[in-house]
Amino acid sequence: MRERGFSIARIPGFGVVAALTFFLLYLPIVTLVVFSFNEAASLSRWGGFSLHWYETAFRNAQVRDVAWRSLWLATVAAGLATTLATMAALATTRTSRFKGQTMIYALINQPLMVPEIVTGVALLIVFAAIRVQTGYYGMGYLVLAHTAFCIPFAYLPIRARLETMDLTLERAAADLYASPWQVFRTVTLPLLLPGIVAGFMLAFVISLDTVVITEFVKAAGQDTLPTWMLGQLRRQVTPELNAIATVFLMLSVLAVTVFFILSRRRP
Amino acid sequence: MAADGTADVETRARRDGAAAGGTAEIEIVGLTKVFGRGSEAARALDEVNLTVRRGEFFTLLGPSGCGKTTLLRMIAGFEQPTRGAIRIDGRDVAGLGPNRRPVNTVFQSYALFPHMTAAENIGFGLRMLGRPRREVEAKVAEMLRLVRMEPMANRRPAAISGGQQQRVALARALAPRPRVLLLDEPLSALDLKLRKEMQGELKRLQAETGITFVFVTHDQEEALTMSDRIAVMDRGRILQVGSPRAIYDRPADRFVADFIGDTNFLEAVVVRSVGDAATVRLPSGAVRAASVPEGLAPVAGGRVTVVVRPEHAALAEDGELVGVVEEAVYFGTDTHLHVRLDTGGRFTLRRQNMAGDHAPEPGAAVTIRIAESGLRVLRP
Repeated sequence: MRERGFSIARIPGFGVVAALTFFLLYLPIVTLVVFSFNEAASLSRWGGFSLHWYETAFRNAQVRDVAWRSLWLATVAAGLATTLATMAALATTRTSRFKGQTMIYALINQPLMVPEIVTGVALLIVFAAIRVQTGYYGMGYLVLAHTAFCIPFAYLPIRARLETMDLTLERAAADLYASPWQVFRTVTLPLLLPGIVAGFMLAFVISLDTVVITEFVKAAGQDTLPTWMLGQLRRQVTPELNAIATVFLMLSVLAVTVFFILSRRRP
Repeated sequence: MAADGTADVETRARRDGAAAGGTAEIEIVGLTKVFGRGSEAARALDEVNLTVRRGEFFTLLGPSGCGKTTLLRMIAGFEQPTRGAIRIDGRDVAGLGPNRRPVNTVFQSYALFPHMTAAENIGFGLRMLGRPRREVEAKVAEMLRLVRMEPMANRRPAAISGGQQQRVALARALAPRPRVLLLDEPLSALDLKLRKEMQGELKRLQAETGITFVFVTHDQEEALTMSDRIAVMDRGRILQVGSPRAIYDRPADRFVADFIGDTNFLEAVVVRSVGDAATVRLPSGAVRAASVPEGLAPVAGGRVTVVVRPEHAALAEDGELVGVVEEAVYFGTDTHLHVRLDTGGRFTLRRQNMAGDHAPEPGAAVTIRIAESGLRVLRP
C-alpha cells in the first residue's frame, strides 16, 4: 500500500456506494435473465424453471424476421464502418501533420458528441426528401445511418492500435524492397488486424443496440429487434421478451469480450 | 568460420581494391539537411562531403545529435536531403524510395516483424524482390547458417533473446545481398559481453560477404577496433576522415582529439613551420618538433594548441614538463598519473605497471618526457 497521496477508496462510505452501484446496475439484468426461465407468464411471480419462452420466441416468425434484420444490418453497417474507419485512422496517423487535422478528428467523432435524437431527426428530414425524390424505400437508409453512427466506435480502437505500432517496422519493410502497397499488406495490415476486429466488434454491438436512430429512419416493415421489442411493450408483456433480451445480452457480451481480448493484445 | 574458397578470393580482391584507394561505393556531395522552417530551423547536416570505398568497414562516429543517424537515414532513403547529392555505385539516388535503393539497414531496435518467424523475416527482402520460392528458401537456409541461427528458424522474435534478434536482423539485411549494409548503433542494446562477441561477429560477416558496411556509433572504442576508416562528426559536419590509427595518433582538431581517447592539451608558440612539420616552444621553454594537420600552415610566433596522448609521455630524469603528482589511479595493467604542471594546467600520463616497482605517490615531484613524434598541432 502507498503511504501518501489521495486515495478515493479511503473515503468513508466508499465501499457501500460501490456495492450499491454494482447492485443497482446488475440486479435488473439478473432479474431479467432469471425470469426468462419462468414457467409462468408473469414477469414478477416465479412459477418454476422452463425453457418455454425461449421456444416460443424461437418459433415466433416475427422475432426471427426482426432478429435476422438486426444481425444483417449490424454486420453490413459494422463492416462498412470498419473499412471507412481503418482508412480514416491511417490518414490521421500515417501522414505528416496537416492543417485541419484536429477538425477532421472532431468530425469523425461527431456522432459521439451530438445527441442521438438530433442525428435521428436530421436523418429523418433528409431521408424523407430523398425518398420522395427517388421513390427508394429500401434498407439503404438504415445501412447508411448505422454506418455513419458506428464509424467513431470502430475508429477509436484502430487508431489506438496504429499509434502504438512501431513505425520502424514499416521503414524496415520499405528498406527491404517492399512497395508502399506491399508494406501495407505484409506489415501494417497484419499487425493492425486485432485493432480492426476489435473495432468491428464494437461497431457491431453499437449497431445491434441502436434504437433512437433506427426508430426515426426505418420505413414500414423495417423493424429491428430493439425497435420491435419497444413496440411489444405497448401490448401484453410475457417472459418471451426476457428470453430474447437474454440471447441478445449473451451476443453482446461475447462481442465485447472479443473486443476486450483483442484490444489488450500487444503488437 | 572460414569462408569457402571463392568467397575468400572475392573478399580479398575487394579488400585490395579498398586498400589501394578503391572504387567509390557511396559518394556524398554537399549534403545538407535542414529540419523545420524559419526561426525553428535546425541544421542536422551541413555541406557534408564523403566517399565510402567499396568493401570497406566505414564508421560514422560522433556524440548523439551530431547528424550521423540523419546521414545514415538519407543514404537509406528515409529522409530527403535539403541540398546535395548521394550516389550509390555511381547512380544518383535522389528521389528513389528506400525500396528502390540497393541498400539494407540494421535498425537500432532491430525492427523484426513480430508476426513472422526468424526464417520469414530473413526471407522478406527476397520475397519482395519477387525471387522464386526455391531460391528464397535456399538463401534463408544459407543466412541462418551464416549467423548460426538454424535451431531458431521457426521462432517468432518475441521467443528469442536480444542477441539472437540481432543476428536475425543482420541476416535479414544481408540476405538480398545489398551493395551497402547500413548499421544504426546495432550493438547499443546488448550487454558488454554480448557486444564484444557481436563486434567480432560483424567483422567476420563483413569479411565473408565482402559487402560495404556503414556503421554508426557513438562508442569510440567500438569505432577504433572495428573500422577500416572512421569519419568523426560533430554538429552536422565531418571533422576528420581516416584510419583508426590516423584519427587517434594524428587528430586534426580539438574535438576529435578530445572525443577519441584521453588527451592532454598544451598551449605552445610556433617557432618554425615547414609543410606538415613544425617546431613549437612549450610553456616550460622546451622546444620540440610536432606534426601538423594537412593544409594547416601555422605562422611562426603564433599561439597554437598541441596535443599529447597519455601513453606518449613517460617519467624521466630529464624532460620537457615538470610538476607534482596530484593523484595516482591504479588500473591493473597501468597507472594513470594526474600531474599538476609547474607552468599551470594538468597533464595525465599512463605508466605501465612492472613487477616490483611502484608508481610515484601523490605529492611527489616528477619530470615528464614526451615521446618522439608524440606532439601534434591542432587546428585552431
